[in-house]
Amino acid sequence: MDYQKYMNTRIQSVQPSGIRKFFDIANEMKDVISLSIGEPDFQTPWHIRDEGIRSLTKGKTWYSPNRGFADLLNEITKYYERRFGITYSPTKQTLVTVGGSEAIDLVLRVLVDEGDEVIIPQPSFVCYHPLTVMSGGVPVVINTKNEDNFRLRADDLRAAITDKTKLLVLPFPNNPTGAIMERHDLEEIAKVCIEKDILVLSDEIYSELTYGVRDHVSIASIDGMYERTVVINGFSKSYAMTGWRLGYALGPAEIIGQMTKLHQYGIMSAPTTAQYAAIEALRNGDRDVNRMRDEYDMRRRLVVDAFNDMGLTCFEPLGAFYVFPCIKSTGLSSDEFCTRLIMEKHVAVVPGNAFGESGNGFVRVSYSYSLKHLKIALERIREFLEELHHGN
Amino acid sequence: MNKLLQLIRKNANFTTAELSAMLGEPEKLIKEKLHEYHQKGIIKGYQAVVNWEEVDDSYVEALIELKVTPKKETGFDEMAQMCMAFEEVESVYLMAGVYDFALIVRGETMQDIAMFVAKKLSTIDGVLSTGTHFIMRRYKDRGMNLFDAENQTDERSLIL
Repeated sequence: MDYQKYMNTRIQSVQPSGIRKFFDIANEMKDVISLSIGEPDFQTPWHIRDEGIRSLTKGKTWYSPNRGFADLLNEITKYYERRFGITYSPTKQTLVTVGGSEAIDLVLRVLVDEGDEVIIPQPSFVCYHPLTVMSGGVPVVINTKNEDNFRLRADDLRAAITDKTKLLVLPFPNNPTGAIMERHDLEEIAKVCIEKDILVLSDEIYSELTYGVRDHVSIASIDGMYERTVVINGFSKSYAMTGWRLGYALGPAEIIGQMTKLHQYGIMSAPTTAQYAAIEALRNGDRDVNRMRDEYDMRRRLVVDAFNDMGLTCFEPLGAFYVFPCIKSTGLSSDEFCTRLIMEKHVAVVPGNAFGESGNGFVRVSYSYSLKHLKIALERIREFLEELHHGN
Repeated sequence: MNKLLQLIRKNANFTTAELSAMLGEPEKLIKEKLHEYHQKGIIKGYQAVVNWEEVDDSYVEALIELKVTPKKETGFDEMAQMCMAFEEVESVYLMAGVYDFALIVRGETMQDIAMFVAKKLSTIDGVLSTGTHFIMRRYKDRGMNLFDAENQTDERSLIL
């Protein structure tokens, strides 16, 4: 059968993720040292796992309410108030989803009409573009630049806006660059959004992973932005809970209401066990978050220092758990660099252009690995560069 | 600088340059601190964590409980020093609970250790009783997993 003719035309236009190609090569090799994985290497802290187990032993195996358990909704809103100074109603402005990813999909499907333009800064996580296409929108890419530390500049945003622009995706702290947006950066962005009347999807999944003195700032806390921002967050990165699949959205009641309707039809409710575990995470997990952040920070410093020392210049990433060194000095493209590195030294990193064209000339290196693992990998990369230098 | 000690306690193999990068302190300061820690006896030395099961050498360890009568003048310290003096004794801890000292004793065979306890330890003046527990297997030692390599493989999937 020719399945193509049955298949939705939009889905056929969506390209498969560019990260995968290197994963496939890496999977074939036995002794690959990978620096390519984008999830915490920590296990979920025990007391959080234990609450999940406890809920199971008590037989709590039913669906939760569509929006999520009231206790969890309450804890989420208390957390956003305590950490980022923003107040949401747990009953009207909060929705628990299957990971942050579901929430992103819901926002796009609820807001985007056929032909609406959605502005996506790149390099960024690979899902925004295809999900915009699937919701009938038109992705408009802004390339952030190394010289701006990969922050989104208000001038670039202004230049990208047309009559059809409806939504800006704001993915900070950023995967893959590790860039963050500080308050003054966000204030500039906010001015443009308010002036041009566009909404913001603020993907804050890495909000607990910022380093140095700078705490994450949510654009929803900037004057005039609360009413035009949907915040996405979740438990995966901050509490090392990727496999539990739990995220949430916070925003204007009308938008969250429509998202809830769609969530109800498509998903019904987020996993029950995971919600019990997440309540414990929000109530008693601050110490774990700090412990993991400190550990990431040490690794981050080690890796940034090593790359700069090797001559692959690397702006200081202040968020997430990635560094994004520039490899242009090698004369190789990102794809060539990654292919040769994995073939010659069995080290897997992800080409920067997998996250948008402007990532070409860069590679994404995850430091979500033990210090021991990182040291071996960095040593191999150093060897690779030396051999490259001597014309092998 | 407590972080420095925490780091090298887990892994003494870091170079001062790496420690400097990780802690965001100048390398010179790290070197000075390490020197100071050695001088003051805060850092006593560095050892490898060896998984003897993987080595052909015979290696037996036992935990020995010791009940003693403390000395009038010196309390437990003198007893501790007498235990420490034996090269078979790896560690000496004063305990709270049903016995006074816990000793880790090392030998080539169980017989070695049994004889050591019978002839040398229990004959010390002031030792009331001993209890010997042979260590059969070390699963985790000084924070390192010596047991299941499987658990140490990366099970994370390649997602996106």
